[in-house]
Amino acid sequence: MLTFTLRRLLLAIPTLLFISLIIFLLVDLAPGSPMSEIPLTVPPEVRQKMIAALGADQPVFVRYILWLRQFFWVEPAYLLDGWFGTDLAGDQQRILSWQSRSPVFTVIGQRIPQTLTVIGTAYLVGILIAVPIGIYSAYRQYSLFDQLGTFVAMIGFSVPTFFTGTLFIIIFAVWLGWFPTKYDTTLEVTDWASFIRQMQQMAMPVMVLGLANAAAISRYMRSSMLENMGQDYVRTARAKGMTERTVVLKHVLRNSMIPVVTVIALGIPSIFGGAIITENLFGVNGIGAALIGAIHASDLPMVQTLAFIFAVLIVGFNLIADILYGFLDPRIRYD
Amino acid sequence: MADGAAPVLDVRGLTTVFHTRQGEIHAVNSVSFTLSKGEVLGVVGESGSGKSVTMMSLVGLLPSPPAEIREGEVLLGGQDLLRASPAELSSVRGAKVGFVFQDPMTSLNPVFTVENQIIEPLIRHMAMSAADAKARAVELLDLVGIPDAARRVKDYPHQFSGGMRQRVMIAIALACDPDVLIADEPTTALDVTIQAQILELMTQLREKLGMAIIWITHDLGVIAGIADRVMVMYGGQVVEHAPVRALFHNSQHPYTRALLRTIPKITGAREGRLSVIEGQPPIMTSVPRACPFRARCAHAHARCEAENPARRAVDGKPLGQGHDVACHWTPEAENA
Repeated sequence: MLTFTLRRLLLAIPTLLFISLIIFLLVDLAPGSPMSEIPLTVPPEVRQKMIAALGADQPVFVRYILWLRQFFWVEPAYLLDGWFGTDLAGDQQRILSWQSRSPVFTVIGQRIPQTLTVIGTAYLVGILIAVPIGIYSAYRQYSLFDQLGTFVAMIGFSVPTFFTGTLFIIIFAVWLGWFPTKYDTTLEVTDWASFIRQMQQMAMPVMVLGLANAAAISRYMRSSMLENMGQDYVRTARAKGMTERTVVLKHVLRNSMIPVVTVIALGIPSIFGGAIITENLFGVNGIGAALIGAIHASDLPMVQTLAFIFAVLIVGFNLIADILYGFLDPRIRYD
Repeated sequence: MADGAAPVLDVRGLTTVFHTRQGEIHAVNSVSFTLSKGEVLGVVGESGSGKSVTMMSLVGLLPSPPAEIREGEVLLGGQDLLRASPAELSSVRGAKVGFVFQDPMTSLNPVFTVENQIIEPLIRHMAMSAADAKARAVELLDLVGIPDAARRVKDYPHQFSGGMRQRVMIAIALACDPDVLIADEPTTALDVTIQAQILELMTQLREKLGMAIIWITHDLGVIAGIADRVMVMYGGQVVEHAPVRALFHNSQHPYTRALLRTIPKITGAREGRLSVIEGQPPIMTSVPRACPFRARCAHAHARCEAENPARRAVDGKPLGQGHDVACHWTPEAENA
């Protein structure tokens, strides 16, 4: 397993380098310039100086190599300095946002907690709802519960989050007045009352995203359970006189979880990616909102860095999913 | 075998129906048989003749719906299993009745160790502690002839060969010392040398443990080697029932005779073609009112169309104890 993991980590390096090049070039080739927000009254020579000050006048491969160096060398050095109080980074140039002139990673550090609390909770809630629903739907296939589950899952699948989100805002915030319409990122949980307020403002985005996540995962769970329910070893378990509970929740479930855990692991990067629409809708000032803002402002370093972080996460969780697979299924051994 | 002692298992008039979109399928039609202690009953028939469904009906292993056990009595040690609740049935399965299935490659759960799968029934039915059950699991693997049992018990099913997996299945089936072992084509999926080993093992185990065995197969050669009595099934009913010698030497039913003719001979002149029974076994969509074999039978006549033959004794013994057959035709009539 260790050899496998190391080999996969080594293989990830060329993959990520290639992805980084593609991302860098794509973003760089996109129309728009960091100066597009600057008024036209600014004389061209001043404009030229501003571009030079940003380093944006350098050839693309120079900027790519410098960016790579910053991403893989300078930024980790700053991170370590922050943790251990060392001075590895010195005063080397960090990746700066063109928009805010602050380091990109500082912005990310500020945004990530919002995203993780809201979107992460939604993902967790989605899993916790979906797994039992999937199990029971499969066990009582074509029952009323299963039909209802299929219907709700179809809605969760097919109705976009900007619609359910708006609907929830109208029902729960405007008509019923239970929850605030906007998420207040400055709220700090210090006591019981502020905790309640945090829960209230999280409720709607978590419900909207949780529904969408639960829809997909419950379907996976159901079909995986159904596939295993008819297997010979299930008959064997019954023939041994195991109770229905043991048969379903031990023998069938353990086998059915193998593909579902993989799907869940592969979905985790999308939490960090942030549900861009939901974050915008509820005013959650998270990483998805940061990405959208950066794209609008042609903040190339920010967009490139964020996109590349998502790529790293996806490659990383692919590896984690593969390793989990090996743990769950004894037939798979990587060594 | 039928020495007057009460049988371990007494099945009377078992009728099982499947509900499908196309209507009812009468898979088992009024099947009766008994099984005495330590006896091996062979059950023979083509695919779809109702052999497996009959045995699965006994202990509630058929999913319901679509299956419905419509009539009959299944007396196991005096308890009628067809009147038992699902919970009562699940404490009979694995404890008093053990099962070995056809395909050892898929019958074990791939994600649990062999030990885990053997100790489950021990803990449930025998109220053993986990430690005792684990010790017993090693004994059981040893009993079924798996070398180095103490180490192999921690292995997963995929680390065993097909024959070894079938031995593990046998160990699981025998774990709680059942009165009856139902072996549903246990050697069909194995190659011939392994088949012989498993047959040998079962014969030994029967002598050692004294359980009764119901051996389902479509291989008459296997039956000749292991069974005391044979029950031939066709169209969900028993068409002939006899001690094993009588069946091979004095078969009465045209179907049994046809089956015996299909066994290729390795001595004598080489025949041009293998002998086959033309046609397909029937799908019974209602209570059979005619002989199910009539369409493929060389001796069929008007009565076969009008009336489903009842089982009648051939050797004068009571039905189910000696040789009986469900057929209107007799070989004697042919010769007369």
